[in-house]
Amino acid sequence: MHPHDDHSHHNDHSDHSELGEMDLRVRALETVLTQKGYIDPAALDVLIDAYQTRIGPRNGARVVARAWADPAFHDWLMRDATAAIASLGYGGRQGEHMVAVANSAAQHHMVVCTLCSCYPWPVLGLPPTWYKSAPYRSRAVKDPRGVLADFDVHLPETTAIRVWDSTAEVRYLVIPQRPVGSEHLSEVELANLVTRDSMIGTGLALSPQALRPKAA
Amino acid sequence: MSDRTHADLGGQPGFGPVSPEPEGELFHAAWEPRALALTLAMGATDAWNIDTSRRARETLPNYAALSYYAIWINGLERLLTERGLVSVEELGAGRARQISLPIDRVHKAVDVMPALARGSPTARPIQRAARFQPGQPVRTRSEHVAHHTRLPGYAHGKLGTIERLQGAHVFADANAHGEGEQPQWLYSVVFDARELWGPDATAGLSVAIDAWEPYLEAAD
Repeated sequence: MHPHDDHSHHNDHSDHSELGEMDLRVRALETVLTQKGYIDPAALDVLIDAYQTRIGPRNGARVVARAWADPAFHDWLMRDATAAIASLGYGGRQGEHMVAVANSAAQHHMVVCTLCSCYPWPVLGLPPTWYKSAPYRSRAVKDPRGVLADFDVHLPETTAIRVWDSTAEVRYLVIPQRPVGSEHLSEVELANLVTRDSMIGTGLALSPQALRPKAA
Repeated sequence: MSDRTHADLGGQPGFGPVSPEPEGELFHAAWEPRALALTLAMGATDAWNIDTSRRARETLPNYAALSYYAIWINGLERLLTERGLVSVEELGAGRARQISLPIDRVHKAVDVMPALARGSPTARPIQRAARFQPGQPVRTRSEHVAHHTRLPGYAHGKLGTIERLQGAHVFADANAHGEGEQPQWLYSVVFDARELWGPDATAGLSVAIDAWEPYLEAAD
C-alpha cells in the first residue's frame, strides 16, 4: 500500500479571500514585468509545463531502477552521481552537483533543507509542500523517527539514520532498498515501485504486491 | 536589509506533524505556478543571484506567516523594488508607469529548456589546497554573524567529522551580498545527534551539513 493512502490531507494554507488577493497580486506583477520588457510571458508557460510534464519524480525513479538493475551503474552513481544521472538525460537546474546515498537495513538516509527548500529538481521535480514547510524542516534533523511515523514508516530500532541537511548547492538523492520479491521485474517495472518519498527518505519503495491489480 | 533570518528552522519546537501529499500535487492555487515561473524567469535575467534571492526571502519580517510561494512573491517584489526595476506604485497599479532599467537578458520561451538543462553550477577552480581531509575532526563556528550565512543555528559551535570533500564552490555568504563569488572549499560535515541535541538524542542518528571552509576550525 502506498504510504500516502492514509493521509490525503490537502494542505491549503489560505482562505478564498487570500487566494483572490494573491491571484490579483501575482497577475499585477506579471503584467508590470511584461510591460517593462523584463519577461516573456510565453517563457512562463514553458517553465510551468516543464515542471508539470517533463521534470518530476519519474526521472529519479528511472535512476533508482537502473541502479537496482545494473551494479556497474550503481557503483558509478555512488562515485559520481552527477555524471551517472546525466547519462540518463537528467541534470541542470538544482541538480548541478548530485550525491546519491543508498539505504540498507543498517543505514537509512533522509534529506531535508532546514534553511529553505533545496531539492534535486532534475530527478524529483518541484518539492512537495510538506518538504518546504516548518514541521518537516524543523523536525527532520532532530526527530526523524517521529517524522517517518507521520508517513506511516517505522524502521527497526537497529537501523541507524543519517539526515542530510542540504545547506549548500549539493543535492542528495536517496536510493531506497530494493524490495523483496522484485528480482524478476524489468527495469520499467522496477521504476514503478519507486515513490518520490522513497527518494527523499520519508518513504520506502513499494513491494511488488502493491502494484498487482486487485484480484477479482 | 536586516540580516536576521526567519528561515533557520532546524530543531525548532512547536510546528506539529508533517502532512504528506500525493506525488502529483504540485500547486494549491492558480497563482502558484505563475509565482514559480515569474521567480525563475526573473532569476534568469541575472539581475541578482540565487544567494541574493534566498537572502531577500529569508529575512522577510513576515516569513513565518507566509505560504511558500507567497514567500517567493514577497521576495521577488523586494528584489525588484530595491533595484529600482519596478516601483511600489507600479506594483499597486498593476501597470508600468516608469521607464524600464536595462537588464542583462530577457528569458525567452526558446531559452527555457536549454537554461534548465544547463543550470547554474557553483563548483569553481581554487588555487589553495583544502585545509581539511575526510576523517578529520572539526568544530563549527560558534559566533553569530551579521550577514547571510548557510551554517544552520543548530550546528553552531559543534564538534563534527569531515566526511566528504565536495570541491570548491561559490561562497554563499559573500555572493548573497554582491561581494563576488569568493570560492571556498565545501565539506560534508557529520555530527552525532548527541552533539547537536544532547544525551537524549535519537540513538543511531547522525546529521550531515555542507559547510564552507570559513565555517570550520580544526578540532584535533
